[in-house]
Amino acid sequence: MSGLIRWIIGLIIVAIFFVINFFFLDIVFVARLVNILLASALMVMFRVIFGPSAADRIVAVDIFGILIVGLLAMLYVLTDASFFIDIAMAWALQSFIVSLGLAKFLEGRRLDD
Amino acid sequence: MIRDIIGYSLIVMGLSFDFFGALGLVRLPDVYSRLQAATKCVTFGSAGILLGVFVMKGFTTGGIKALICMVFILLTSPVAAHAISRAAYRSGVKLSDKTVVDSYGKHLKGGE
Repeated sequence: MSGLIRWIIGLIIVAIFFVINFFFLDIVFVARLVNILLASALMVMFRVIFGPSAADRIVAVDIFGILIVGLLAMLYVLTDASFFIDIAMAWALQSFIVSLGLAKFLEGRRLDD
Repeated sequence: MIRDIIGYSLIVMGLSFDFFGALGLVRLPDVYSRLQAATKCVTFGSAGILLGVFVMKGFTTGGIKALICMVFILLTSPVAAHAISRAAYRSGVKLSDKTVVDSYGKHLKGGE
C-alpha cells in the first residue's frame, strides 16, 4: 500500500514537470529538450547522494558523465558554437578513466596490481 | 529541411531513452538491475543524440567531431560497465531477494 502511494507521488511530480516544461515556459524548442536532460541529471544526482552502497554511487557517477556528454551536444545545437563538442570528447575520455579507476578501487586491488 | 526532421527525431528518441534510463536508476531494487537499466542510456541515449547532431550538421567540423565522440562512447562504455559490475560482485554487494539464478557465484565456487 505504501509502495502504491510512493508510485502515485512520483507520477504526479513527473507529470507536473512535463506540463510546466511544455505548456507554461516561454522558450525555444531546443531549450525544452535541454530541460528534460537536466531533470534526468537531477534524478541521477539523487542516486549519488542517497545510494545505499558504494557501487550504486559509482554506477550513478558513470551514467552522469554520459548524460553530460549528451547535454553538451544539445548545447551545441542550441548555441551553434562548436567548441562544446570538444568539451564533450574530453569529458567522455576522463569519465571512462574515472570509472575504471573507481572499479579497481572498489574491488580492493592496489595501484601496481 | 528533411535533414532537420530526421535529426530532431533521433534527438527526441535519445532523450526519451536517457529519461527512462535515469528513472530506472532511481526505481529498480539492486545494483545489477540499476546497471542494466542505466547502460541503455548510453547505447541509444547519448549515442542517439550525437548521431542526430551529426545528421543535422552534416560534414562540418562539429558534425565530424560528434561522430567521433559517438564511436568513442560506444566502444568504451560497455568496458566500464563490465568492470563496475564485476567489482561490485567481488566486493560483496548482495543480490536482490527476488533473484532466481546466480551463474557467476556458482562459477566462482568451482561448480561446473
